[in-house]
Amino acid sequence: MHDKTLRELADALGAGEFSSRELTQYLLGRIDRLDGDLNSFITVTFEQALAAADAADAARARGEAGPLTGLPLALKDIFCTQGVKTSAGSRMLDNFVSPYDATVVEKLAAAGTVSLGKTNMDEFAMGSSNENSHYGPVNNPWDLAAVPGGSSGGSAAAVAAGLVPAAMGTDTGGSIRQPAAFCGITGLKPTYGRVSRYGIIAYASSLDQAGPMARTAEDCALLLNAIAGHDLRDSTSVARGVPDYTAELDAPLSGLKIGLPKEYFGEGLDPAVADTVREAVRVYESLGASVHEVSLPHTHYAIPAYYVIAPAEASSNLSRYDGVRFGHRCDAPADLIDLYKRSRAEGFGEEVKRRILIGTHTLSEGFFDAYYKKAQQVRRLIRQDFLDAFEEVDVLMGPASPTPAFDLGAKKDPVSMYLQDIYTIAINLAGIPGISVPAGFVGGRPVGLQVLGTHFAEERLLNVAHRFQQATDWHLRRPAFAEENA
Amino acid sequence: MQWETVIGLEVHVQLATRSKIFSGASTAFGAEPNTQACAVDLGLPGVLPVLNEAAVAMAVQFGLAIHAEIPEVSVFDRKNYFYPDLPKGYQTSQMYHPIVGPGVVEISLDDGSTKRIGVHHAHLEEDAGKSLHEDFHGMTGVDLNRAGTPLLEIVSDPDLRSAKEAAAYLKAIHSIVTYLGISDGNMAEGSMRCDVNVSVRPKGQEAFGTRAEIKNVNSFRFVERAIEFEVERQIELLEDGGEVVQETRLFDPERGETRSMRTKEQANDYRYFPCPDLLPVVLDQAYVDHLRGNLPELPAEKRERFQSELGLSAYDASVLSATREMADYFEAVKDVCGDAKQAANWVQGELSGALNREGLAINDSPVSARQLGELVARVMDDTINGKAAKQVFQALWHGEGESADAVIEAKGLKQVTDTAAIEAMIDQVIADSPAQVAQYRDAPVEKRGKMIGYFVGQVMKASRGTANPQQVNALLKEKLDALC
Amino acid sequence: MALEHADVQRAAHLARLGLDDNEAARYVDDLGRILEMVDQLQRVDTDGVAPLAHPLDATQRLRADEVTESDERERFQRCAPLVEKGLYLVPRVVE
Repeated sequence: MHDKTLRELADALGAGEFSSRELTQYLLGRIDRLDGDLNSFITVTFEQALAAADAADAARARGEAGPLTGLPLALKDIFCTQGVKTSAGSRMLDNFVSPYDATVVEKLAAAGTVSLGKTNMDEFAMGSSNENSHYGPVNNPWDLAAVPGGSSGGSAAAVAAGLVPAAMGTDTGGSIRQPAAFCGITGLKPTYGRVSRYGIIAYASSLDQAGPMARTAEDCALLLNAIAGHDLRDSTSVARGVPDYTAELDAPLSGLKIGLPKEYFGEGLDPAVADTVREAVRVYESLGASVHEVSLPHTHYAIPAYYVIAPAEASSNLSRYDGVRFGHRCDAPADLIDLYKRSRAEGFGEEVKRRILIGTHTLSEGFFDAYYKKAQQVRRLIRQDFLDAFEEVDVLMGPASPTPAFDLGAKKDPVSMYLQDIYTIAINLAGIPGISVPAGFVGGRPVGLQVLGTHFAEERLLNVAHRFQQATDWHLRRPAFAEENA
Repeated sequence: MQWETVIGLEVHVQLATRSKIFSGASTAFGAEPNTQACAVDLGLPGVLPVLNEAAVAMAVQFGLAIHAEIPEVSVFDRKNYFYPDLPKGYQTSQMYHPIVGPGVVEISLDDGSTKRIGVHHAHLEEDAGKSLHEDFHGMTGVDLNRAGTPLLEIVSDPDLRSAKEAAAYLKAIHSIVTYLGISDGNMAEGSMRCDVNVSVRPKGQEAFGTRAEIKNVNSFRFVERAIEFEVERQIELLEDGGEVVQETRLFDPERGETRSMRTKEQANDYRYFPCPDLLPVVLDQAYVDHLRGNLPELPAEKRERFQSELGLSAYDASVLSATREMADYFEAVKDVCGDAKQAANWVQGELSGALNREGLAINDSPVSARQLGELVARVMDDTINGKAAKQVFQALWHGEGESADAVIEAKGLKQVTDTAAIEAMIDQVIADSPAQVAQYRDAPVEKRGKMIGYFVGQVMKASRGTANPQQVNALLKEKLDALC
Repeated sequence: MALEHADVQRAAHLARLGLDDNEAARYVDDLGRILEMVDQLQRVDTDGVAPLAHPLDATQRLRADEVTESDERERFQRCAPLVEKGLYLVPRVVE
């Protein structure tokens, strides 16, 4: 049961091969046995999961099953979940039991899914390796010495290891796509505003977006059907109809114009990764697509712009963690300033502090124009690069990351870690959707092909990814870790 | 040296919305602590703001009322600082693109003249909670019920030149927002709060002096007193060769003085930047026009109309238009009795006197506008005389009768205008007062006018105040002179 | 733009982050290198380019003025570190 897709599991549940309770118990058993080696979960919600599975089975018995009823999944520990610890990977929120549900959590529950628990992540979603978690690093099931990527590293590892068929992640600068690539699964970052941010612990509000991580593009489409849509509680969510994202999955690709941004194949890209991506593009050519070189001239400035905008927003978003209404509070504060300074010094980890300090500095008097305003201007140019490219081609393709998963502890310098996100970060600045699809292996570690589309082109991306998965079997490969422990 | 005072006011007006500016929690005053602080107000992890339409409409109405420019686009920014009553660690406000642009408020001064005061802009923001400093084992308690209540901050130009002008400006703002119904204007409950920027400069000098900001002055009277004290302090300081320090001061109403806030804090740096959780607010012309079309008549317009159409004096017009309640009451009295000047006299005279004595607001008057209007009408059609009218008013005030007519009837106050009846009473008084008649007769002609008062009094007494005084006078004079 | 020790201390104070001297020294170094990377932005010609705050050119939707929330103090204060009589407690604030 552990290597099936959501669609296959839904069919099996529908055919009565097993119940949601049996499936849930089986996967909870796997988590119990295997997650000690992975550390992909922060909290496993055994009781709630079984209760939800029973409710799903009962709904099915009444003939009220929908496409996701009874299907297990996991939530990144950044989604507020009522009555369940929601830590955002931080000591600051180690004691925070959320009093309310995020919109995404509500929608998934309403669709009948069964959450098995909350997955590990870089603290407040700040990181590209999951090494910044208060709950310790996550191991990559393909190679336990490797990182799973970040910040949604727990979600990616749990899916890859067959602990859950799918998981929810969030992506601020690549946090769904890069771990999906590192763990050999499929991960979609929707258009900014497509999925409600209400109840998702904020990192950088103008960049954050939630999305599905699963084994196939089809499963991502099923999940996006459930979570997309306008939310009256999120001013930045978009009032726009939600299509059935599974409807166009099989549409033929003949005539598809693929753009390859030349900046995505330059210096810093592992040549073996480049070859893998080019090989994938050749598959598309065989499916009738044409390939064109395009240019995104401001690519080089995406990381600098991001490291002004994201930390600035984060420095403000994280001011609410002050030890007064929730979260960590230091012992015996001498006075108010001591309460603030010590609670925050103790509650936040090093990378979070680093970004708060950058954001505070760049917003402060005398620096605002040179940093923040400049970065926002560059952000417009970066978005324009994409809009111009999509005048010429239907989708863009390139690597999701310049290298496959690196070893735990390999990147000690923050700037070199930041540069990992060179191919994913600009997408968040522009607000466009992107998907990472398994496309091969380098040195036994998975490589992801990233496909980008213009705003609200999710249907097209899922179609393009799905057709690739009909033509290849990279997404069907399972790590030995998952099989040895079946 | 002659000094000139320069004052600018920042007035924070709580808008009278039902729910908060960014959440669906109630804004009602006086609830148990933290029972009206919802997830959004508390800044729980993951929550997001959604803007309240009524707050936007009210801000725009204010802008239209002061003839301000209403920009098409306004933007919310975050003002970042830490304080226990500020849950998110930032206040959502409008720094760079406020919802209301430059406008003008007209104030009326004691001498009846008016002056135009520039409003630099007005912007929307969220209120903070409250810190309660009474003893919780030496700690401070935080109540966030008020957090997220919509505020309109109205920032004046430095156009005010005296404490009196500042108070008049504050009253004008109060009057505009209560006329519009966008705030209850209750200063005691903090619905209107005021920060005052004060500086002085030698008369004739163009450059402004260094200013002090007096925070949170919460009554018209305190604004005047705080400014008077502060101006004196600054002048003394400068004349002694000292310098004014730019700082924040607090007004202590008990001592009637301002004092420096003891802050060891280094200068604040609020790190304003556009709030990424809110999008630009775009107001289309149709929306603004719709609000403009529904604006009520405003105090300045009413004052003008009271003078030009109703013929009231500048003073009367200004007093009667000061609050919407006062103006509505006055106009109702006028409509019932049909005479604006009489209505104005009664509202400002008998009624205001009684209200002041009992400390009542006009809305709580025991005498309704209809009752007063009918009473005035009865004076005007000579049903009762002025003296009886006061009796009727007192009776209505104490609830002794449903209407002026009922009181007149019950108390028999109807004016006697029947000449024969009055003559009968006169004859009786003359017959009963031989000594006074003799004195009258012996007095020189020019002194008789004064002496007639005694007889008038006796006749009125005999009629229990109901005889028409003009008739009594004329007939008495006729009869007495006939005796001479 | 070079970053000084005082800049880090100032940012740490504004952000209410307690830092000891060793940590501050490390952040001077880290932040210096990050800002050096960020300074590449200065090479981009942005004359006449309007800042972009949101990736979509959307405008704010307005909510009807309705009270939709009820008293949930008890539930919300379950995750609070220190409350008494419904109030959140903090060390005495001096005004």
